Amino acid sequence: MSVVNPPFSSASQAAGSQVGAPADQAPPRTTVPWRAATRSTQRPRQIAGVRRADVLAIAGALASALATTGLLWFQLAPFTGILGYVVVSWCLFVLIYGLLVAFDNNRPTVRDRVSAVIVHSLAVVVVLALLFVILYTVFKGAKALRHLNFYTQDLHTTNAFAALTKGGILHAMIGTLIEVGIAMAIAVPLGLLAAVFLNEVPGKLNRLVRTLVDAMTALPDVLAGLFIYATLILIFGLGLSGLAAGCALAVTVVSIICRAAYVVLRLVPGGLTEASFALGSGQWRTVWHVTLPTARSGLATAVILGAARAIGETAPVLLTAGYTNFINVNPVNGPMNSLPLAAYELVSSGEGPFVIRGFGAASVLLALVLLLFGIARVIGGRGAGQLTSRQLARRMAASHRDLTRYTERAAARPPIALAGGPGADYGGASA
Amino acid sequence: MRIGEPSVLPARTGAVPRKLSARLSTSDLAFRAIARGGGVVVLVLLGLVGTFLFYRASQALHKAGWSFLTAQTWNPDGGGFGIAAVIVGTVLIALVAVVVAIPLSLGTALYISEYAPRSIQRFLVGIVDLMAAVPSVVYGLWGFELLQWRVVSLSRWINDWFGWIPIFKVDGVERNATQPTATYYTSSTFIAGIVVGLMITPIACSIMREAFSQAPQGEREGAYALGATRWGMIRAVVLPFGVGAMIGGSMLGLGRALGETIAVALIISPVYAIQPHILQHGTSSISSLIALRYAEATPFAVSALMAAGLALFALTLVVNVIAAVIVSRSRSGSVSEA
Repeated sequence: MSVVNPPFSSASQAAGSQVGAPADQAPPRTTVPWRAATRSTQRPRQIAGVRRADVLAIAGALASALATTGLLWFQLAPFTGILGYVVVSWCLFVLIYGLLVAFDNNRPTVRDRVSAVIVHSLAVVVVLALLFVILYTVFKGAKALRHLNFYTQDLHTTNAFAALTKGGILHAMIGTLIEVGIAMAIAVPLGLLAAVFLNEVPGKLNRLVRTLVDAMTALPDVLAGLFIYATLILIFGLGLSGLAAGCALAVTVVSIICRAAYVVLRLVPGGLTEASFALGSGQWRTVWHVTLPTARSGLATAVILGAARAIGETAPVLLTAGYTNFINVNPVNGPMNSLPLAAYELVSSGEGPFVIRGFGAASVLLALVLLLFGIARVIGGRGAGQLTSRQLARRMAASHRDLTRYTERAAARPPIALAGGPGADYGGASA
Repeated sequence: MRIGEPSVLPARTGAVPRKLSARLSTSDLAFRAIARGGGVVVLVLLGLVGTFLFYRASQALHKAGWSFLTAQTWNPDGGGFGIAAVIVGTVLIALVAVVVAIPLSLGTALYISEYAPRSIQRFLVGIVDLMAAVPSVVYGLWGFELLQWRVVSLSRWINDWFGWIPIFKVDGVERNATQPTATYYTSSTFIAGIVVGLMITPIACSIMREAFSQAPQGEREGAYALGATRWGMIRAVVLPFGVGAMIGGSMLGLGRALGETIAVALIISPVYAIQPHILQHGTSSISSLIALRYAEATPFAVSALMAAGLALFALTLVVNVIAAVIVSRSRSGSVSEA
């Protein structure tokens, strides 16, 4: 679809002149290409890496755009605001850069360069946005995070104007642990069991469950909270409590865990399970000894990401847990605070020190999520059946033990049955 | 099962194929029963959410009748209530979010799959996944405390120059007004949409990236061999290959944006009237309505909230199902499994 690159055309011209040169000399039967001249005059074209012209074009366009916007902002028009400055200078930068490239390139090249610049800057915007979100939260919460009491006290004696050296979010941390613990205790066994069911037992029920699980991943999180609020709290009279919040979180994450685990289980190579069946083991043995261990890292990732999701969910907790400033370790009685809820309520209260504490709670929450996410990245990220070096070492040690056992047994038995030395064969297969 | 047997003779002689029956062992039967039990419990639990939502909502729907779709106020215990205002707000916020998220996710996905050096590709994938894992309340706080005041000047600029387009109009502000007008522009659909857009970018991005990276290598090399530039190759090979994932990913993002609660509830200030001006202070959405109003609610008001929630669920479900179908029907079908 695109016009031939200029480099290609220049290369072909050079080649043409080479072929032409020997032709008008004496008529030998075979022509030997004349290389010496090209070697001495031409250097190989640089086709990779950064060229100086590109760097200059980008730097020039950037400087020009910033300067022009500066002129526009501070001298010509009454514009204000850093965001507008950045947006306008970026637009100018793209225009000027396109113009600079257009001076000595053809149309497809200009399009290529301009779109490359746009793609790069969009990616930079996304990464910067994430950095801003994280750093701003930590920066705003830093004043509270600096004090040890933030982690060791609750807020029940702290009024809105108390200094940051008093009061903390211990109650929210404990609440989050209890609520997420309840949620995971319900959702992990159910989700994994349902995933095994989806993977192993075909039938009409299977299709129904799969459709429903898929549909329920679309359930807005606030509706899970509303469901628990309307059933457990309004009908069964449980009261705003940690148990209700844990149930709401469980409803939110069970479909997510189930779906993620099902995807992982399906990736287990069919050859492994078939080999297990061929060796005579039943379905249960195969699932327990082959399928689940093979998918272990993926399942762990699914569970951890589910936990990260449950920790960060605010809407279900907002409707079911109630809000308190006291430490409450009893999940069935009385309201229980949690980190996302504390962050939400403290910041929307609008009082200076409370806002800072709210951002502190959000930072702790963020740190927890980052930690879980990091663990998931370390465990996961490997396909089904791929081993870490340590697992590999362990497995090799096991087969060495087998080997020595076989050889010892072989030595103990009469030699007739062992002609050909099966011990050696085993060793070869396992190493 | 007949593969191992002499295949021709028995058929000719009229012998019936040997019957093979498998008898499950006790442990296998128990395993199947337990697994099926787990499936049933999940089915019942999730089905219960749906049916209960439907059941409770129907009480409110019976009372409100058709006015549920047309009324704008939300006053279930007194006068009428309806979702006209909140659903318009929900959809507008989600649309702004998608408009923000499409270029960001497309650019990031293209960068990761086509431009990024191999060494940082995995790192960037991790960054995008991390962005999806950041709790929504953190995005909400950020938008509420920081972004809101930065966007005001942009909103004012858009209103100054494009205020003649109805959705960009802001009532009560003169062009180039001298009085401080910042509060006219805060807590608007636009700001909530930007924040939600950032939240759904990683979802759309990871689906697009996966499809782009599966674009066939042979076709890529073919495009280069015909002299295409990198962008030419992307236009000719990668984008057509990933078009299903682009649409599907954006729609999955839309489904998520429709249901977003806390970030929206933090930023907007609720107004129960149709608010078509996206830059203007005050709007509403179904999920933030539920989050803000559940506490003051009588049992009937809760069932009214359930009705609103049911409408939201129906909307997200339709959007998600269409998205899943588009993603799985496209050439890059394997994406839908992830």
